Amino acid sequence: MRSNQIKKSKGEIVFDIVVYAIAALFCIYCLYPFAIILGSSFETESNFATYGFPIIPHDFTTKAYEMVLGDSQIFKAYGVTIFTTVVGTLFSMFLTVTMAYPLSLKKLRFRNPITFYVYFTMLFGGGLVPSYLLISRTLGMKNSIWVLIIPVAFGAWNMFLMRNFFNGIPPELAESAYMDGANDMQILWRIILPVSVPGIATISLFYALGYWNQWFNAMLYIEDSNLVPLQYLLMRMLRNVEAMREMARTTGVSMGQIPTNSLRMATTVVAIGPVVLLYPYAQKYFTSGLTVGAIKG
Amino acid sequence: MAKIRTSRLTVRDGHGRMTFRDGLAELWKNKMLYLMTLPAIIWVFIFCYIPMYGILIAFKDFNFKKGIWGSQWVGLKNFQFLFNYKGVGQIFFNTIFLNILFIITGTIFSVGLALVFVEIKNKVYNKVVQTIAIFPHFVSWTVAAMFLSGIIGGSGTLTQWIVDRGAADPNFYGNASWWPLILVMLKIWQGAGYGTIVYVAAITGFDQGMYEAARIDGATRLQMITRITLPLLKPTIIMLTIMSVGKIFSGDFGMIYALVGDNSQLYATTDVIDTFVYRALRQLNNMGMSTATSLFQSIVGLVLVFTTNAIAKRVEPDSAIF
Repeated sequence: MRSNQIKKSKGEIVFDIVVYAIAALFCIYCLYPFAIILGSSFETESNFATYGFPIIPHDFTTKAYEMVLGDSQIFKAYGVTIFTTVVGTLFSMFLTVTMAYPLSLKKLRFRNPITFYVYFTMLFGGGLVPSYLLISRTLGMKNSIWVLIIPVAFGAWNMFLMRNFFNGIPPELAESAYMDGANDMQILWRIILPVSVPGIATISLFYALGYWNQWFNAMLYIEDSNLVPLQYLLMRMLRNVEAMREMARTTGVSMGQIPTNSLRMATTVVAIGPVVLLYPYAQKYFTSGLTVGAIKG
Repeated sequence: MAKIRTSRLTVRDGHGRMTFRDGLAELWKNKMLYLMTLPAIIWVFIFCYIPMYGILIAFKDFNFKKGIWGSQWVGLKNFQFLFNYKGVGQIFFNTIFLNILFIITGTIFSVGLALVFVEIKNKVYNKVVQTIAIFPHFVSWTVAAMFLSGIIGGSGTLTQWIVDRGAADPNFYGNASWWPLILVMLKIWQGAGYGTIVYVAAITGFDQGMYEAARIDGATRLQMITRITLPLLKPTIIMLTIMSVGKIFSGDFGMIYALVGDNSQLYATTDVIDTFVYRALRQLNNMGMSTATSLFQSIVGLVLVFTTNAIAKRVEPDSAIF
């Protein structure tokens, strides 16, 4: 490309090879588990005892996926997870943006006390038992799908990240709209949000992944098997023979016939699938976006 | 001169001197903005501040029927019970020890990978490796638990490989001594790539003139890393390390419970404060002790955060959080 480029020395070439190789090795390390999950999900069940969990199945079969597709429990869990992710992310973004935008405005004189009010909760909290009693007893949210959304809807850290994005918007943008008689709500909706797409995308991604990956609240508060989200179902399939028996019942396969290992892996594939598909699109926003707020909280 | 006057004015304006009437006037003037913050303020009040009242349980013999206020006061008995609980020292040790391992290995791998990533000049390759390296951060620990069982479980790939070579079954799920290593390896898998984001951003922000000058002086790229990049990166590394030391007393419940679960054979090296608090609630059904543990952890955590922040302020005044 460049005509004045000096021919690479031997040391330079070695350096390049080492650098490319280290990166490649780490990527293999990152991808190996996914290869195992994917390969094993197509493996015939009787092979696991002899070959372990393969990357390339010895006897290819789609039996596990047929079961996944035919299983009403996995279907329901998928529904629960999609519902909590979509509705939850919208609700979370509503709470986060409506707090972050006012806190980014210098003209708001109570912004420091409000910031501290939120920030203090990052430093100190009541712990597990008081929250558990509040949610299960006082609010009576046990076995309600909302327990997977409302108690985790707001993240102080995400809110401060969002505020940092808003801080970066030149105040002149809003001021000219004030002159034209717009109110704060209109300014946020029509002017601020459209120029904050990278920030919104980043924070939404964080919330969405939080909802998609959550199992803790399900473990604490959900007993109704119709309301179990995907991740908690995975956990039960791994730990609990009872969950596999339930699966045998809902699919009409006898317990001994269930391809336990490949079924677990196939369910895992189904659970990661949407994340794999969406992540590359969101990534371009958040690598630039995260560093805006990463240094100062 | 003008600058000084403005800053003086804002100080008088902003803090301290505001009367109640001024406050009301401010609320009225920006009513729409304050109204906007209300949903989140209410949420934080319900889910963060109300549970703080429940801390009283740590000083009570909690009884469901009598409620928090009605239950008997027992002073520090729950704390006594906690500190006399068999193995509690190990739990505190595990929490700190695992976190130290995570901080050290995480920093080494993240910095090392960041140095590698910025040296990759091929744009497509660079993009692909960074995307792959960051991805595990967005996968849940339950998924990690799944593939871990496929690698080191009874018929796991690694277990089979070892047994096939005639060695004894390492029995990973029954032998706690493997687990600090296993957890560290998984933490690197999950977090090292994500940790590079900040470092890559810092390195790309460095003055390119220095590298140009070094190149003219005949420095190799390795020398540039050790003589320019690493020294410049030092403040960032120190800052991030100090910050993570502030969180050294809180265990990663999501990770450890998903991977270990209720497997008591592994508690010796994997049980941390947060898993203990959960167990005290769900299995031992001891609300008083569970709350006392959380409170103790919160207070130590608070002290640590303030201490590390004060240190951070000295090292690098700009990067302290408050």
